[in-house]
Amino acid sequence: MAKVLVVTSGKGGVGKTTSSAALGAALAHGGEKVVVIDFDVGLRNLDLVMGAERRVVFDLINVVQGDAKLNQALIRDKRMENLSLLPASQTRDKDALTEEGVARVLNELREKFDWIICDSPAGIERGATMAMRHADVAVVVTNPEVSSVRDSDRIIGLLDSKTELAEKGGRIEKHLLLTRYDPVRAERGEMLKVDDVLEILSIPLIGIIPESEEVLRASNVGSPVTLNNPASAPGRAYFDAVRRLKGETVELTIPTDKKGLFGKLFGRRAA
Amino acid sequence: MSLLSFFNRRTSAPVARERLQILLAHERGIVGGKPDLVAQLREEILAVVRRHVMVEQDNVQVKMNRDADISTLEIEIEIPGPAEARA
Repeated sequence: MAKVLVVTSGKGGVGKTTSSAALGAALAHGGEKVVVIDFDVGLRNLDLVMGAERRVVFDLINVVQGDAKLNQALIRDKRMENLSLLPASQTRDKDALTEEGVARVLNELREKFDWIICDSPAGIERGATMAMRHADVAVVVTNPEVSSVRDSDRIIGLLDSKTELAEKGGRIEKHLLLTRYDPVRAERGEMLKVDDVLEILSIPLIGIIPESEEVLRASNVGSPVTLNNPASAPGRAYFDAVRRLKGETVELTIPTDKKGLFGKLFGRRAA
Repeated sequence: MSLLSFFNRRTSAPVARERLQILLAHERGIVGGKPDLVAQLREEILAVVRRHVMVEQDNVQVKMNRDADISTLEIEIEIPGPAEARA
């Protein structure tokens, strides 16, 4: 049974697209058939982060409006054949996303994939509500920072009231993904700690992604961090999150990028 | 930064945490479609206390913390000293 997962946050720039790509690639690495959909109509970026920006011909809006077939718009990843991308339109308006159209596309995708990851745009407008509308599971991406936590709280409220599942009286499964976490600053009292954020938002934690230069390095070259450097701290953290998403119990640790003595003495390697 | 201020530096994360807790208790009431519970409690508690002791509006603090297991309501009322109360 296919699962529809929305990656959402309310606030922009917290790591929704990075996380959508990383989780998608990690799930695909485990043999699952995965499609990642960009819902950010007008400001698409998932194609760029996944290194498929030059392969976009048709997009989600074309399929929703019946101008293209689903198979024409799906872009299969060159590195993993069981990972696909459905890009957003860069030129159209968000209003072109109709609820029926999106539902039809998702139902068609449910036949072909095990996981459908919906990368939500920031905000609480149509793109964001459409991305979460038909989800079974939500990953709420949050930075340990006041504005991000506040917006996540708002999004959790919307997940509990405006999704199809919630309207039918069900409860959408929600998970917190804490990104850009710096354990050293948190320990010094300069940054909200994991427990602070968990206490405030009251949803279960699926992973802690440490602040790391590997994330930028991966997006620079157009590769999900879990594919580009699976052994890096964020890579391992995303793989752990995926195991928890699949129901495994994994001890919660914050991976670190350990530099050897040589690395410490002679600086960083170039990307 | 002087040496003294370095040692006296209050960490900022607890401030962030407290500000968020107060703000979200307020906003959850609004978004949930319910009236602002904290503000309403504040007004009603103030009215009851004022039947017996005169207190200023600003001297009543109502805080609500919501958690998965336990939620707490914290009410702090500053009552004027004996000299002020008689005046």
